Amino acid sequence: MKPKHQRLVLALMAFIALIGAGFIAAAALRDEASYFYTPATMSKAKIEPGQAIRLGGMVQKGSIVQGADGVSITFIVQDRDATQKVAYRGITPDLFVEGSGVVADGRLRADGVFVADSLLAKHDENYVPKELADIDMNTAEHTKDTLSK
Amino acid sequence: MHRFANPARFLRLAKPLTPALFWPGLLLALGACAWGLFAVPTERLMGDTVKIIFVHVPAAWLGMGGWMGIAIASLVQLVWRHPLAGIAARAIAVPGATFAAICLMTGAIWGRPTWGTWWVWDGRLTSMLVLFFLYLGYIALANASSEKGDTSRVAAVFGIIGAVNIPIINRSVIWWESQHQKASITLGGSSIDSAYLTPLFVAVTGFSLLFGALVLMRMRAALAEMRIDARMRRMADD
Repeated sequence: MKPKHQRLVLALMAFIALIGAGFIAAAALRDEASYFYTPATMSKAKIEPGQAIRLGGMVQKGSIVQGADGVSITFIVQDRDATQKVAYRGITPDLFVEGSGVVADGRLRADGVFVADSLLAKHDENYVPKELADIDMNTAEHTKDTLSK
Repeated sequence: MHRFANPARFLRLAKPLTPALFWPGLLLALGACAWGLFAVPTERLMGDTVKIIFVHVPAAWLGMGGWMGIAIASLVQLVWRHPLAGIAARAIAVPGATFAAICLMTGAIWGRPTWGTWWVWDGRLTSMLVLFFLYLGYIALANASSEKGDTSRVAAVFGIIGAVNIPIINRSVIWWESQHQKASITLGGSSIDSAYLTPLFVAVTGFSLLFGALVLMRMRAALAEMRIDARMRRMADD
Protein backbone atom coordinates (compact mmCIF):
# COMPACT_ATOMS: atom_id res chain seq x y z
CA MET A 1 0.00 0.00 0.00
CA LYS A 2 1.38 3.38 -0.98
CA PRO A 3 1.67 5.94 1.84
CA LYS A 4 -0.89 8.07 0.02
CA HIS A 5 -3.46 5.28 0.21
CA GLN A 6 -2.56 4.57 3.80
CA ARG A 7 -3.27 8.20 4.67
CA LEU A 8 -6.55 8.07 2.74
CA VAL A 9 -7.74 4.95 4.58
CA LEU A 10 -6.70 6.41 7.93
CA ALA A 11 -8.40 9.72 7.25
CA LEU A 12 -11.60 8.04 6.07
CA MET A 13 -11.67 5.72 9.10
CA ALA A 14 -11.17 8.67 11.43
CA PHE A 15 -13.89 10.60 9.62
CA ILE A 16 -16.40 7.74 9.81
CA ALA A 17 -15.61 7.24 13.52
CA LEU A 18 -16.13 10.97 14.12
CA ILE A 19 -19.43 11.13 12.28
CA GLY A 20 -20.54 7.99 14.13
CA ALA A 21 -19.61 9.52 17.47
CA GLY A 22 -21.46 12.69 16.56
CA PHE A 23 -24.59 10.77 15.64
CA ILE A 24 -24.48 8.66 18.80
CA ALA A 25 -24.11 11.81 20.91
CA ALA A 26 -26.96 13.47 19.04
CA ALA A 27 -29.18 10.42 19.49
CA ALA A 28 -28.39 10.38 23.22
CA LEU A 29 -29.50 14.01 23.37
CA ARG A 30 -32.71 13.15 21.62
CA ASP A 31 -35.03 13.88 24.53
CA GLU A 32 -32.88 16.38 26.41
CA ALA A 33 -32.13 18.61 23.44
CA SER A 34 -35.73 19.04 22.39
CA TYR A 35 -36.61 22.68 22.82
CA PHE A 36 -40.14 21.90 24.01
CA TYR A 37 -42.56 19.14 24.93
CA THR A 38 -45.62 18.54 22.78
CA PRO A 39 -48.84 17.63 24.64
CA ALA A 40 -48.23 13.95 23.82
CA THR A 41 -44.57 13.85 24.94
CA MET A 42 -45.52 15.89 28.01
CA SER A 43 -47.98 13.32 29.27
CA LYS A 44 -45.47 10.57 28.52
CA ALA A 45 -42.72 12.36 30.47
CA LYS A 46 -44.97 12.60 33.58
CA ILE A 47 -44.33 16.28 34.29
CA GLU A 48 -45.02 17.25 37.92
CA PRO A 49 -47.17 20.31 38.63
CA GLY A 50 -44.95 23.31 39.32
CA GLN A 51 -42.02 22.01 37.25
CA ALA A 52 -40.89 24.66 34.75
CA ILE A 53 -41.12 23.34 31.19
CA ARG A 54 -41.74 24.53 27.66
CA LEU A 55 -44.78 23.39 25.75
CA GLY A 56 -45.17 23.56 21.98
CA GLY A 57 -47.85 22.64 19.48
CA MET A 58 -50.65 23.97 17.35
CA VAL A 59 -53.34 26.29 18.68
CA GLN A 60 -56.58 24.35 18.27
CA LYS A 61 -59.12 26.03 15.99
CA GLY A 62 -61.82 27.86 17.94
CA SER A 63 -60.16 27.28 21.30
CA ILE A 64 -58.94 30.80 22.12
CA VAL A 65 -61.14 32.29 24.85
CA GLN A 66 -60.61 35.90 25.92
CA GLY A 67 -60.86 36.49 29.69
CA ALA A 68 -63.17 39.09 31.22
CA ASP A 69 -60.21 41.36 32.11
CA GLY A 70 -59.17 41.62 28.45
CA VAL A 71 -55.53 40.55 28.94
CA SER A 72 -55.84 36.93 30.00
CA ILE A 73 -56.67 34.17 27.55
CA THR A 74 -57.05 30.43 27.56
CA PHE A 75 -56.55 28.16 24.58
CA ILE A 76 -55.84 24.55 23.74
CA VAL A 77 -52.51 23.37 22.34
CA GLN A 78 -52.68 20.17 20.35
CA ASP A 79 -50.44 17.77 18.52
CA ARG A 80 -51.61 14.75 16.60
CA ASP A 81 -52.34 12.62 19.66
CA ALA A 82 -53.10 14.85 22.63
CA THR A 83 -54.27 18.27 23.76
CA GLN A 84 -53.32 20.57 26.62
CA LYS A 85 -55.23 23.54 28.01
CA VAL A 86 -53.12 26.67 28.46
CA ALA A 87 -53.79 29.87 30.40
CA TYR A 88 -51.82 33.05 29.66
CA ARG A 89 -51.93 36.65 30.82
CA GLY A 90 -50.25 39.24 28.65
CA ILE A 91 -49.81 40.45 25.08
CA THR A 92 -49.72 37.71 22.46
CA PRO A 93 -47.29 37.81 19.48
CA ASP A 94 -48.66 38.93 16.10
CA LEU A 95 -48.40 35.47 14.63
CA PHE A 96 -50.38 33.91 17.47
CA VAL A 97 -53.57 32.83 15.67
CA GLU A 98 -55.74 29.74 15.73
CA GLY A 99 -54.22 26.91 13.73
CA SER A 100 -50.67 28.23 13.98
CA GLY A 101 -47.73 27.03 16.05
CA VAL A 102 -46.95 28.27 19.56
CA VAL A 103 -44.22 27.68 22.16
CA ALA A 104 -45.10 28.50 25.78
CA ASP A 105 -42.85 28.73 28.85
CA GLY A 106 -44.55 27.87 32.11
CA ARG A 107 -45.70 25.15 34.48
CA LEU A 108 -48.58 22.83 35.08
CA ARG A 109 -51.09 23.89 37.71
CA ALA A 110 -52.50 21.25 40.06
CA ASP A 111 -55.79 21.28 38.12
CA GLY A 112 -53.97 20.23 34.92
CA VAL A 113 -54.02 23.63 33.20
CA PHE A 114 -50.67 24.80 31.84
CA VAL A 115 -49.96 28.34 33.04
CA ALA A 116 -47.70 30.14 30.57
CA ASP A 117 -45.34 32.96 31.60
CA SER A 118 -44.39 33.75 28.02
CA LEU A 119 -45.66 32.89 24.55
CA LEU A 120 -43.62 32.64 21.37
CA ALA A 121 -45.19 32.13 17.97
CA LYS A 122 -43.72 29.35 15.87
CA HIS A 123 -43.68 29.83 12.15
CA ASP A 124 -44.15 26.77 9.95
CA GLU A 125 -42.14 25.92 6.84
CA ASN A 126 -44.83 27.19 4.46
CA TYR A 127 -44.43 30.53 2.72
CA VAL A 128 -47.66 31.65 1.07
CA PRO A 129 -48.48 35.08 -0.40
CA LYS A 130 -51.35 36.88 1.28
CA GLU A 131 -53.61 36.81 -1.77
CA LEU A 132 -53.20 33.03 -2.03
CA ALA A 133 -53.79 32.38 1.65
CA ASP A 134 -57.60 32.28 1.32
CA ILE A 135 -57.42 29.58 -1.32
CA ASP A 136 -54.82 27.68 0.63
CA MET A 137 -56.55 27.35 3.97
CA ASN A 138 -55.42 23.75 4.40
CA THR A 139 -51.84 24.82 5.14
CA ALA A 140 -52.53 24.84 8.88
CA GLU A 141 -53.61 21.21 8.60
CA HIS A 142 -50.39 20.47 6.74
CA THR A 143 -48.31 22.10 9.47
CA LYS A 144 -50.04 20.04 12.10
CA ASP A 145 -48.87 16.90 10.34
CA THR A 146 -45.26 17.97 10.14
CA LEU A 147 -45.16 19.31 13.70
CA SER A 148 -46.42 16.17 15.37
CA LYS A 149 -44.02 13.94 13.49
CA MET B 1 -5.39 15.77 -8.94
CA HIS B 2 -2.00 17.41 -9.10
CA ARG B 3 -2.63 19.05 -12.46
CA PHE B 4 -3.58 22.30 -10.69
CA ALA B 5 -1.02 21.82 -7.91
CA ASN B 6 1.33 24.13 -9.75
CA PRO B 7 0.55 27.61 -8.34
CA ALA B 8 1.51 29.27 -11.63
CA ARG B 9 -1.05 27.18 -13.53
CA PHE B 10 -3.64 27.85 -10.85
CA LEU B 11 -3.01 31.59 -11.02
CA ARG B 12 -3.37 31.58 -14.83
CA LEU B 13 -6.78 29.95 -14.38
CA ALA B 14 -7.88 31.97 -11.32
CA LYS B 15 -7.12 35.36 -12.78
CA PRO B 16 -9.81 35.39 -15.49
CA LEU B 17 -12.15 33.25 -13.34
CA THR B 18 -12.31 35.80 -10.51
CA PRO B 19 -14.11 38.60 -12.44
CA ALA B 20 -16.13 35.96 -14.31
CA LEU B 21 -17.60 34.89 -10.95
CA PHE B 22 -17.58 38.27 -9.23
CA TRP B 23 -19.57 40.47 -11.62
CA PRO B 24 -22.40 38.03 -12.47
CA GLY B 25 -22.53 37.14 -8.76
CA LEU B 26 -22.85 40.77 -7.69
CA LEU B 27 -25.46 41.43 -10.37
CA LEU B 28 -27.57 38.39 -9.44
CA ALA B 29 -27.29 38.96 -5.68
CA LEU B 30 -28.22 42.65 -5.88
CA GLY B 31 -30.91 41.91 -8.46
CA ALA B 32 -32.45 39.20 -6.28
CA CYS B 33 -32.40 41.50 -3.24
CA ALA B 34 -34.11 44.28 -5.21
CA TRP B 35 -36.61 41.77 -6.60
CA GLY B 36 -37.28 40.45 -3.11
CA LEU B 37 -37.57 43.90 -1.62
CA PHE B 38 -39.86 45.56 -4.16
CA ALA B 39 -41.60 42.96 -6.31
CA VAL B 40 -42.55 40.12 -3.98
CA PRO B 41 -46.02 39.83 -2.38
CA THR B 42 -46.36 40.07 1.40
CA GLU B 43 -46.70 36.78 3.24
CA ARG B 44 -50.00 35.70 4.78
CA LEU B 45 -48.70 35.72 8.38
CA MET B 46 -45.29 37.37 8.33
CA GLY B 47 -46.14 40.28 6.03
CA ASP B 48 -43.03 42.07 4.78
CA THR B 49 -40.73 40.25 7.20
CA VAL B 50 -40.63 37.32 4.76
CA LYS B 51 -38.27 39.34 2.54
CA ILE B 52 -35.32 38.68 4.82
CA ILE B 53 -35.10 35.08 3.52
CA PHE B 54 -33.40 36.34 0.34
CA VAL B 55 -30.35 37.11 2.48
CA HIS B 56 -30.86 34.70 5.38
CA VAL B 57 -31.16 31.45 3.40
CA PRO B 58 -28.18 32.02 1.03
CA ALA B 59 -26.08 33.08 4.06
CA ALA B 60 -27.06 29.93 5.97
CA TRP B 61 -26.29 27.64 3.03
CA LEU B 62 -22.96 29.30 2.30
CA GLY B 63 -22.00 29.28 5.97
CA MET B 64 -22.53 25.51 6.03
CA GLY B 65 -21.22 24.92 2.49
CA GLY B 66 -18.09 26.89 3.38
CA TRP B 67 -17.25 24.49 6.17
CA MET B 68 -17.84 21.52 3.87
CA GLY B 69 -15.33 23.17 1.53
CA ILE B 70 -12.83 23.54 4.39
CA ALA B 71 -13.33 19.88 5.35
CA ILE B 72 -12.84 18.59 1.80
CA ALA B 73 -9.80 20.81 1.20
CA SER B 74 -8.35 19.69 4.54
CA LEU B 75 -8.82 16.03 3.58
CA VAL B 76 -7.09 16.65 0.25
CA GLN B 77 -4.28 18.42 2.09
CA LEU B 78 -3.76 15.58 4.55
CA VAL B 79 -4.10 12.68 2.12
CA TRP B 80 -2.67 13.91 -1.16
CA ARG B 81 -0.42 16.66 0.26
CA HIS B 82 -1.90 18.95 -2.39
CA PRO B 83 -0.03 22.26 -1.98
CA LEU B 84 -3.03 24.45 -2.83
CA ALA B 85 -5.57 22.62 -0.64
CA GLY B 86 -4.40 24.16 2.63
CA ILE B 87 -4.42 27.60 1.05
CA ALA B 88 -7.94 27.01 -0.29
CA ALA B 89 -9.19 25.91 3.15
CA ARG B 90 -7.75 29.04 4.75
CA ALA B 91 -9.23 31.25 2.02
CA ILE B 92 -12.73 29.87 2.70
CA ALA B 93 -12.66 30.51 6.46
CA VAL B 94 -13.24 34.28 6.61
CA PRO B 95 -16.03 34.48 3.97
CA GLY B 96 -17.63 31.41 5.57
CA ALA B 97 -17.55 32.98 9.02
CA THR B 98 -18.97 36.21 7.58
CA PHE B 99 -21.91 34.41 5.99
CA ALA B 100 -22.55 32.42 9.18
CA ALA B 101 -22.64 35.71 11.09
CA ILE B 102 -25.00 37.26 8.51
CA CYS B 103 -27.24 34.21 8.89
CA LEU B 104 -27.34 34.57 12.69
CA MET B 105 -28.01 38.31 12.57
CA THR B 106 -30.72 38.24 9.90
CA GLY B 107 -32.29 35.30 11.74
CA ALA B 108 -32.45 37.33 14.95
CA ILE B 109 -33.95 40.30 13.08
CA TRP B 110 -36.56 37.97 11.57
CA GLY B 111 -37.22 36.16 14.84
CA ARG B 112 -38.11 39.28 16.82
CA PRO B 113 -41.30 40.16 14.88
CA THR B 114 -42.12 36.58 13.88
CA TRP B 115 -41.56 34.54 17.03
CA GLY B 116 -41.48 37.37 19.53
CA THR B 117 -37.83 36.92 20.52
CA TRP B 118 -34.37 37.69 19.13
CA TRP B 119 -32.85 34.43 20.25
CA VAL B 120 -33.75 31.06 21.75
CA TRP B 121 -31.44 28.18 22.62
CA ASP B 122 -33.05 25.56 20.38
CA GLY B 123 -31.16 22.95 18.37
CA ARG B 124 -30.95 24.83 15.08
CA LEU B 125 -29.91 28.22 16.44
CA THR B 126 -27.43 26.76 18.89
CA SER B 127 -25.74 24.48 16.33
CA MET B 128 -25.48 27.41 13.89
CA LEU B 129 -23.84 29.53 16.61
CA VAL B 130 -21.43 26.64 17.24
CA LEU B 131 -20.57 26.72 13.52
CA PHE B 132 -19.73 30.42 13.80
CA PHE B 133 -17.48 29.74 16.81
CA LEU B 134 -15.83 26.85 14.93
CA TYR B 135 -14.99 29.30 12.14
CA LEU B 136 -13.42 31.69 14.65
CA GLY B 137 -11.42 28.83 16.16
CA TYR B 138 -10.29 27.70 12.73
CA ILE B 139 -9.19 31.22 11.75
CA ALA B 140 -7.22 31.59 14.98
CA LEU B 141 -5.61 28.18 14.52
CA ALA B 142 -4.78 28.72 10.84
CA ASN B 143 -3.16 32.09 11.60
CA ALA B 144 -1.25 30.81 14.63
CA SER B 145 1.84 30.18 12.53
CA SER B 146 3.97 33.25 11.87
CA GLU B 147 5.11 31.83 8.55
CA LYS B 148 3.21 33.25 5.56
CA GLY B 149 1.32 30.61 3.60
CA ASP B 150 2.17 27.96 6.14
CA THR B 151 -0.43 25.21 6.06
CA SER B 152 -0.19 23.36 9.32
CA ARG B 153 -1.87 19.99 9.68
CA VAL B 154 -3.47 20.94 13.01
CA ALA B 155 -5.86 23.32 11.23
CA ALA B 156 -6.66 20.63 8.65
CA VAL B 157 -7.51 18.11 11.37
CA PHE B 158 -9.68 20.74 13.07
CA GLY B 159 -11.42 21.44 9.75
CA ILE B 160 -12.34 17.77 9.36
CA ILE B 161 -13.47 17.33 12.98
CA GLY B 162 -15.61 20.46 12.79
CA ALA B 163 -17.54 18.97 9.85
CA VAL B 164 -19.40 16.78 12.36
CA ASN B 165 -21.47 19.86 13.16
CA ILE B 166 -22.81 20.23 9.60
CA PRO B 167 -25.18 17.20 9.59
CA ILE B 168 -26.22 18.18 13.12
CA ILE B 169 -27.30 21.63 11.89
CA ASN B 170 -29.11 20.03 8.99
CA ARG B 171 -30.95 17.43 11.12
CA SER B 172 -31.50 19.60 14.21
CA VAL B 173 -35.06 20.55 13.30
CA ILE B 174 -35.97 16.91 12.68
CA TRP B 175 -34.24 15.25 15.66
CA TRP B 176 -35.39 17.75 18.25
CA GLU B 177 -38.50 19.84 18.70
CA SER B 178 -37.27 23.32 17.90
CA GLN B 179 -38.42 26.90 17.71
CA HIS B 180 -37.01 27.05 14.20
CA GLN B 181 -39.32 25.70 11.50
CA LYS B 182 -38.47 22.54 9.61
CA ALA B 183 -36.80 22.60 6.20
CA SER B 184 -38.89 24.29 3.50
CA ILE B 185 -36.73 23.13 0.61
CA THR B 186 -35.90 19.42 0.57
CA LEU B 187 -35.03 16.92 -2.14
CA GLY B 188 -38.73 16.04 -2.19
CA GLY B 189 -39.80 19.57 -3.12
CA SER B 190 -40.54 22.93 -1.59
CA SER B 191 -43.24 24.40 0.62
CA ILE B 192 -42.27 27.91 -0.42
CA ASP B 193 -44.58 29.54 -2.94
CA SER B 194 -42.93 30.13 -6.34
CA ALA B 195 -43.37 33.89 -5.85
CA TYR B 196 -40.61 33.62 -3.22
CA LEU B 197 -38.81 30.53 -4.49
CA THR B 198 -37.67 31.96 -7.85
CA PRO B 199 -35.96 35.09 -6.43
CA LEU B 200 -34.56 32.90 -3.65
CA PHE B 201 -32.80 30.66 -6.17
CA VAL B 202 -31.46 33.71 -7.99
CA ALA B 203 -30.15 35.04 -4.66
CA VAL B 204 -28.53 31.70 -3.77
CA THR B 205 -26.85 31.54 -7.19
CA GLY B 206 -25.64 35.14 -6.94
CA PHE B 207 -24.26 34.87 -3.41
CA SER B 208 -22.60 31.53 -4.27
CA LEU B 209 -20.79 33.07 -7.26
CA LEU B 210 -19.69 35.96 -5.03
CA PHE B 211 -18.46 33.47 -2.45
CA GLY B 212 -16.41 31.67 -5.10
CA ALA B 213 -14.92 34.95 -6.31
CA LEU B 214 -13.99 35.94 -2.73
CA VAL B 215 -12.28 32.59 -2.15
CA LEU B 216 -10.28 32.91 -5.40
CA MET B 217 -9.26 36.48 -4.50
CA ARG B 218 -8.09 35.38 -1.07
CA MET B 219 -6.19 32.41 -2.52
CA ARG B 220 -4.44 34.68 -5.02
CA ALA B 221 -3.61 37.14 -2.26
CA ALA B 222 -2.19 34.33 -0.10
CA LEU B 223 -0.01 33.09 -2.98
CA ALA B 224 1.20 36.63 -3.68
CA GLU B 225 2.08 37.08 0.02
CA MET B 226 4.06 33.83 -0.07
CA ARG B 227 6.02 35.10 -3.08
CA ILE B 228 6.74 38.42 -1.38
CA ASP B 229 7.89 36.56 1.72
CA ALA B 230 10.18 34.30 -0.30
CA ARG B 231 11.67 37.23 -2.19
CA MET B 232 12.25 39.21 1.02
CA ARG B 233 14.02 36.24 2.53
CA ARG B 234 16.23 35.87 -0.55
CA MET B 235 17.08 39.59 -0.42
CA ALA B 236 17.90 39.33 3.29
CA ASP B 237 20.20 36.42 2.57
CA ASP B 238 22.12 38.26 -0.13
